Amino acid sequence: MSSVEMDKMTAKELVTDQEVRWCPGCGDYSILKQVQTVIPELGLKRENIVFISGIGCSSRFPYYMETFGMHSIHGRATAIASGLKATRPDLSVWIVTGDGDSLSIGGNHLIHLLRRNFDVNILLFNNEIYGLTKGQYSPTSPEGLVTKSTPAGSLDHPFNPLALCMGADATFVARTMDRDPIHLRELLKRAHAHKGTSLLEIYQNCNVFNDGAFEVFTEKATKKVNTLFVAHDKPLVFGQNLEKGIILDGWTPRLVNVADHSINDLWIHDEKDRLKASILVRFFDDSKHTDALPRPFGVFYQENRNTYEDQMSAQVAEAIKSKGKGNLDELLSGRSTWKIS
Amino acid sequence: MEKTETKQNVVILFAGDSGDGIQLIGAQFTNTNALFGNDVSTFPNFPAEIRAPQGTIPGVSGFQLHFGSVALFTPGDICDVLVVMNAAALKTDLKNLKKGGTIIVNTGGFGPQNLKLANYPVEVNPLLDHSLDQYRVIEIDVTKLTKKALEGSGLGTKEIDRSKNMFVLGFIYWMYNRSLANTIDFIERKFRTQPEFIESNIKILKAGYNYGDITETPMTRYEVKAAPMPKGTYRSITGNHATAMGLISAANKAGLTLFYGSYPITPASDILHELAKHKNFGVKTFQAEDEIAAVTSAIGAAFGGSLGVTASSGPGIALKTEAIGLALMLELPLVICNVQRGGPSTGLPTKTEQADLLQAVYGRNGEAPVPVIAAYSPSDCFYTVYEACRIAIEHMTPVFFLSDGFIANGSEPWQFPHAENLEKINVKYAHNELKEGEKFLPYKRNEKMTRPWAIPGTKGLEHRIGGLEKENETGNISYDPDNHEFMVKLRAARVEKIADFIPLQTIDQGKDKGKLLVIGWGSTYGAIKTAVREALAEEVEVSHIHIKYLNPLPKNIGAILENFEQILIPEMNNGQLIKIIREKFLVDAKGLNKIKGMPFTAGEIKRKISDIINVK
Repeated sequence: MSSVEMDKMTAKELVTDQEVRWCPGCGDYSILKQVQTVIPELGLKRENIVFISGIGCSSRFPYYMETFGMHSIHGRATAIASGLKATRPDLSVWIVTGDGDSLSIGGNHLIHLLRRNFDVNILLFNNEIYGLTKGQYSPTSPEGLVTKSTPAGSLDHPFNPLALCMGADATFVARTMDRDPIHLRELLKRAHAHKGTSLLEIYQNCNVFNDGAFEVFTEKATKKVNTLFVAHDKPLVFGQNLEKGIILDGWTPRLVNVADHSINDLWIHDEKDRLKASILVRFFDDSKHTDALPRPFGVFYQENRNTYEDQMSAQVAEAIKSKGKGNLDELLSGRSTWKIS
Repeated sequence: MEKTETKQNVVILFAGDSGDGIQLIGAQFTNTNALFGNDVSTFPNFPAEIRAPQGTIPGVSGFQLHFGSVALFTPGDICDVLVVMNAAALKTDLKNLKKGGTIIVNTGGFGPQNLKLANYPVEVNPLLDHSLDQYRVIEIDVTKLTKKALEGSGLGTKEIDRSKNMFVLGFIYWMYNRSLANTIDFIERKFRTQPEFIESNIKILKAGYNYGDITETPMTRYEVKAAPMPKGTYRSITGNHATAMGLISAANKAGLTLFYGSYPITPASDILHELAKHKNFGVKTFQAEDEIAAVTSAIGAAFGGSLGVTASSGPGIALKTEAIGLALMLELPLVICNVQRGGPSTGLPTKTEQADLLQAVYGRNGEAPVPVIAAYSPSDCFYTVYEACRIAIEHMTPVFFLSDGFIANGSEPWQFPHAENLEKINVKYAHNELKEGEKFLPYKRNEKMTRPWAIPGTKGLEHRIGGLEKENETGNISYDPDNHEFMVKLRAARVEKIADFIPLQTIDQGKDKGKLLVIGWGSTYGAIKTAVREALAEEVEVSHIHIKYLNPLPKNIGAILENFEQILIPEMNNGQLIKIIREKFLVDAKGLNKIKGMPFTAGEIKRKISDIINVK
């Protein structure tokens, strides 16, 4: 056994001694499992990994990861991670948050983190409900949802989280789901590989308060006709036998039968195309409608842009280069002094 | 015809429209006097609006300077000289001038429109109606003279009009016989990239100076000699600059990166501006999206092993409250600077107050004790914020540093320290010293009841911390009733323990026993010191202590109180320290409260001292 292999962590080593306390059947279990499976493959040292969360069911996550971790306050994990990454660019920082945590109380910090582009990974567990407070509608709940706080149906128009993130100039925007471990693992790797803020929305079933919210996308019987798995340079096709496709008619996406078109007419996915990604994340139809566009999954957009922490370090380095390393006595005396003798 | 009179000290108030450059000439005259060797104390007083409607009373900006050949502790109770650029300034500030004082008037600011904007009744012009007969009035048409001097300079009307402050400054330099060199140097630096303004500003400055020489009106010039200050090298310093320098120094001496998360707010923003200039010290400043991100980003930096600092004023501090509670639960070092201003809510952004003491000591959900220390003068901001950093780091706790608008913007001469003489700050990150099979305990405590600072990147010390109630030592989430009670008491004991590591309270003036003890905190220091000094000179039995460490209090406060018959606590609030003192020591302290957005005058405190002593 080589020393490299000896040092390599295992998924088991990422498990803490804390009892996992999510409800039985919660989608969070799957996500935890996949994260613990993927991280050893990323070439990271365990001590250099930090998980930061806010408040909510998903935010218990750090307690179950044998890494450095902080379970902070509601909505602020993104801001805490910003300060950590600004001062410790060497760390691999992961933010675990939910739809209430990141899009309601923490909405402000989320958009600002995205535009600044710190090199961190955001795992946004979206279950379209407030679980920890026992079942109120969330900012991603569909209009009309009947919950404890909306007995006559929710009036709120929901956020389309990824459209919001595109609007905030996020540099990595992707979606996956708890029930597709292979895709989830692949996208976790992609999120990690991106230098900049990676926003990975994970559809996660809350089997207690909002069971089946994503059923049409996750269940075998309906998944193929309602989901669209995108891959770079590949045409947008889906359906039982990939018989359906999407073409772009001007800026309007249209559903077509692949058989009626040349493959070159179909929309070819380009992760680098911001405009097309903005359209793709707008595939947000209610699946119950006929002619609904399928819900896309995969990496929609990826852009290489300077990270905040690199630019911040560069400014410090430049200041040291041009002015010399700070001298306290010079600082204390300032430019004009006088002597009394 | 001119004569020269010698003065021991002079209080001068510059007043004009907020666009007139009043703060600039105030600061220039201050620096020049300080360089000359006077003791100085200043009080800038400006409106909340950047440009309130021109010429109106709400738009009046003031800068009060006290300079002299003796030690000074306040910007002065009442002015000897009032400089007014327009009618609104006279209307606003005449009440601050002593009878028989001098008024220097820009007559160009007293046209019909100016008089109307200043709310003088129709046909009333205070320069003509003999209402100023009890003062010595020096009338100069600064507006016109400035225009004339800059004729053909190529500058526009607006730029020319903006230069008139330099004329006034030049005239004041003549009046007090001061060198123009420092201000010329300033102009040359300020307009490095706009040489046309260098020439015009220097020209106007000199025109103002020469006006004193050539005017045919008889004028008096004054001599204010240098003060017998302790030997050494001095600089001028404002409280906000001193705060920034204290933070940089503390981080530097501790060997830590300084991370400053902040959101713009009056009157704290200057700390951010100053820190942002010093990136060559490795300082990382972060202008966050809001007050909450400002403090939480600092918490994130502290988790990573940096010195995390955030600053704000009252409304911003209110927003940070939850996060301060988190820092306390996490037991991470964090310094929170509150440059207090008038409250509540948005309150009086540009005015001073001491109304956030109880917020700092008690203002969080749950029982969440945080150490609180307060600076008492502009230069003391340096030492106090440095001490806040030391306590935060050595005791792994959030610490409140309190300043206020008065000392933040006020300035004084400062015999600054040498870096090597600054107290050491001990930082010890945890190392992995675990034996085989031993688990790391993130909340195991040392003799200070302080947990280890185990930063990410330290192999084998991986651990989780959070805002949920935890079990001591392991840090595991715990809902056990006995554990919660134990932890609440432990967190209180941790802060009390700090009393073992701070200096005992000293008596600033007076005997350690007597009839009356005046207790102050924060920026009231100068006024109380001056009042008590005068009372002592009249053989009144009074003493003064000024409390810097407000939570926990120094251990000997109770013993000091026992030696006095009466206690007086002046505060710029409705009574806050007095509540703490009464509650902790069960004494019948009396308050003297001023809640006007303005600092105390020494006279106000002196009168209260006399009242108490005389009733007795």
